[in-house]
Amino acid sequence: MSDSHSAGATVEAGWGGGASPFAVGHKKLGMWLFIVSDALTFSALIITYSYVRAANEWPTPFDFYPAIIFSSLMTLVLLSSSLTMVFAVDAAHRGDRSATAKWTWATALGGVIFIVLHVNEWMHLIHEGVTPLTNPYGTPLFGGTFFTLTGLHMTHVAIGVVYLGIIAIGFKKGKYDAEDVEVSGLYWHFVDLVWMFIFPLVYLMSTKIS
Amino acid sequence: MSAEAESHRGLFIKVWLWLLGLTLVEVILAYIQFDLVVMLTLLMGLSIVKAGMIMAYFMHLKFDRPVLSWTVGVPLVACILIMIGYFFPDSLRILDFGFAGWQ
Repeated sequence: MSDSHSAGATVEAGWGGGASPFAVGHKKLGMWLFIVSDALTFSALIITYSYVRAANEWPTPFDFYPAIIFSSLMTLVLLSSSLTMVFAVDAAHRGDRSATAKWTWATALGGVIFIVLHVNEWMHLIHEGVTPLTNPYGTPLFGGTFFTLTGLHMTHVAIGVVYLGIIAIGFKKGKYDAEDVEVSGLYWHFVDLVWMFIFPLVYLMSTKIS
Repeated sequence: MSAEAESHRGLFIKVWLWLLGLTLVEVILAYIQFDLVVMLTLLMGLSIVKAGMIMAYFMHLKFDRPVLSWTVGVPLVACILIMIGYFFPDSLRILDFGFAGWQ
């Protein structure tokens, strides 16, 4: 009896108006809603990739070395940059402006290393004759879906690097608060999370069978 | 907030190590090479666990109100399941059509 009464009171207090039911700032909630929509964009692309893969003779062009080792290294870099981002948010909440800037720059550096490694991997494929329309392995859809999916992800990483740079400079100057750092962190972790699906589906599932 | 964040630093390192460990397992699976369906199931299972860990700890959902997790999670999972449900039966059916020139 008293349980249902307190539950009702909680609902009233949270949703009765004039309160913040999610108990997060509007920027953080906005970023979460963007992440949901962006996650659906990536889901659609990943499902498209899987659709054409299931409906075609799909090539397995990635040698364990160098392609799989390199893409594993990219995964390591991205996961580690998520850790430095968590440290940046932690420092921001402690109010340590220079430590926040340092960790945020470290995160952006991780993004740059990821892009360098990934472009290197792309160039390797391009030299083998893989383009969005043709490739030497059979179905041309391989090139199209591969470059669309990894290209959109790389674009997200590049935007993230710029975003983190702006946050690092602005936070050090006192222009942004801890919530802004946390919101940029949400975006960065999301980009990391998407790679956790692209890496196994695009690379590990297409390892050359020796 | 600051004291709470402070105490989570060790936890975040632990989560990072778990994520690296699970990734290593995935790479080893690719090295060994199982049957396609077994590989897909194992890799997607591991990826969902990793995504869950990133969302719960790095993206802070575990420490936010549960209503945020539900608001974010339910539409996402529902839409993805609908997409999978619509497209995969069709995708597998195309293999049996045998269009001329369809490779």
